[in-house]
Amino acid sequence: MSAASSLLEVEDMRVSFATEDGLVRAVDGVSFSVAPGEVLAIVGESGCGKSVTAMTLMGLTRGPNARIAGRATLGATELLSASEGALQRIRGGAIAMVFQDPMSSLNPVYRIGRQIVEQIRVHDPTVSKKQAMAQAVELLERVGIPHAERRLQSYPHEFSGGMRQRAMIAMALSCSPRLLIADEPTTALDVTIQAQILEELRTLREQTGSGVILITHDLAVVADIADRVIVMYAGRVVEQGTLDELFYDPLHPYTWGLLGSITRVDRDTSEILPAIPGMPPSLLNPPAGCHFRPRCPHAFAKCGEVPELSARAPDAPGHLDRCWIEPEQKRKLRVVGDQIGLASPEPVIA
Amino acid sequence: MARFVVRRLFVMVGLMFAISLVTFLLFIVALPNGNPAALLAGRLATPAEVHLISVRYGFDKPIWIQYIRTMEHIFDGTAYSYQSGFNVLDEIRAGLPTTLSLALGAGVLWFLSSILVGTLAAIKAGRYTDRVLTVLAMTGVSMPVFFLGAILIYYVGYKLGIIPISGYVSLTQSPSLWLWHLIAPWITLSVLFIGIYSRILRSTILDTINEDFVRTARAKGLSERQVLLRHILRNSLVPIVSLWGLDLAQVIGGGAILTETVYGLHGVGYLAYQAIGRIDTVTLLSIVMLTALCVVVLGALTEIVYAFLDPRIRLQ
Repeated sequence: MSAASSLLEVEDMRVSFATEDGLVRAVDGVSFSVAPGEVLAIVGESGCGKSVTAMTLMGLTRGPNARIAGRATLGATELLSASEGALQRIRGGAIAMVFQDPMSSLNPVYRIGRQIVEQIRVHDPTVSKKQAMAQAVELLERVGIPHAERRLQSYPHEFSGGMRQRAMIAMALSCSPRLLIADEPTTALDVTIQAQILEELRTLREQTGSGVILITHDLAVVADIADRVIVMYAGRVVEQGTLDELFYDPLHPYTWGLLGSITRVDRDTSEILPAIPGMPPSLLNPPAGCHFRPRCPHAFAKCGEVPELSARAPDAPGHLDRCWIEPEQKRKLRVVGDQIGLASPEPVIA
Repeated sequence: MARFVVRRLFVMVGLMFAISLVTFLLFIVALPNGNPAALLAGRLATPAEVHLISVRYGFDKPIWIQYIRTMEHIFDGTAYSYQSGFNVLDEIRAGLPTTLSLALGAGVLWFLSSILVGTLAAIKAGRYTDRVLTVLAMTGVSMPVFFLGAILIYYVGYKLGIIPISGYVSLTQSPSLWLWHLIAPWITLSVLFIGIYSRILRSTILDTINEDFVRTARAKGLSERQVLLRHILRNSLVPIVSLWGLDLAQVIGGGAILTETVYGLHGVGYLAYQAIGRIDTVTLLSIVMLTALCVVVLGALTEIVYAFLDPRIRLQ
């Protein structure tokens, strides 16, 4: 992926928040790029910094207590230092966002149509209300809402969860964004609706060539739609690669843990679903060195130093990870039973 | 909508019945020197005279007959004050324009000011402006009307001579004099309400700011001002609108006793003040009925405004 062809280029983004208890390093040096028409998935547990990463791109984490550093360029614009006015044009314009909970993400007191029209007209005041309404009808039809014209007159509470998320997507599409950020777009929805929404995102990407950043903790969703995957842990990227590299040749123990804890139909039902032992570290006071070290059964002395995010396997230059263990050794260590997983910690013999 | 109105009418009748009954019994049973005939007859009356009055006014009848008769008189406009001899309905009618002028003007003033003050405090939450406004709101809440009124009359009215000291000129007589006479009463009556309302609005706004749809509004590319006015403020108005309906009803129903008395506005509140002074039960009972009527009607109107402000609320 050369820099010239990419849509969004994020370099060493750092976000921390001053709180009463101290400085919380929510995002600690994250770099990635998104190409046009590409779906980049960012996965990780709650609180690993994936949402903060996305919100920071939109300038939504700015505030008196936030410290933001690094670079994020979208075309000719540097987002992290852009003025509030420039960001307002970009938000909902070049970058649109779909949020996790469609139940609460729409304003309950305005009709769906008005909320879509509002976004169209804030980015192009020359569009008349009538034209904007016509566009809104098209958008709702595009995301598969039947009787779109009538449905524009509905209030959010008259929509089902799936329809609201479609309306959110329609709203996000209204200004033909070059980049769509979907923050857990299917988490609050039924499984059947999830599949439909993902289908919507896929069609959108194919039709418009927009880049998509998909934030999720659901690896099934990732496997379904992503081209490339970033795994985040405690504010850092721990592994990055194509979908196949991540799923078939994962190189970071945390990724093994994530993959090992998926429910699988081919697993014996009497087995207990494996979970990664321990808790994610506090971002106030993260462990020195590799942040995953306290939960990693394979940790050794070198893990006290922070490993670089770099290509370690000679056969895959685009596959980056942050783990000191030799790739060949990893490929042995990650096999638990006959599947990929994180081995249980060795029992300590006194 | 028709069902809503019919339902409300039933509620209104029921509520007025309950309030009238309770008030009536309170006046009959709990009044000091309970015997109204003795009260009317005066200190030097003979027992025969007291008895005569008792028979004449029907105080010797069973309580429930007395109640029905009193209510009949109040509602067909033939209730007379035992003490002043005036027709109560006429007295209320005479006072109502003054009270309405006071209530509506002050109501608009305190509602709009509260929105300004509350919003400003919320967007500056925790900062200097917010702290100053908090102190001012607390001062407003704890400032008695008779004290604030006296201060305004003495300094602004007497010393500076900017506003009239007392009295009322009707709107039809002279709009400018009407306004000039009412400015001080409006401010005096509003201060307390601004204090309360702005605090409530501030906390509602601070709750609304964290809602997901506000984040969506920002993500759509709206300016902070658009986010504030269209999305935050609009969703924060319900609590103060409901309070406003009830408080306004109170004031129209004679609740601004202190303001009307301090400024010599001869409205319903002033009438109530006089009636209390002479234990004029018929007048007081009539004023209580008026208050109840206002509360019920404005309560219903408030609910209609609710349904407009928040489409999730259905009228029923």
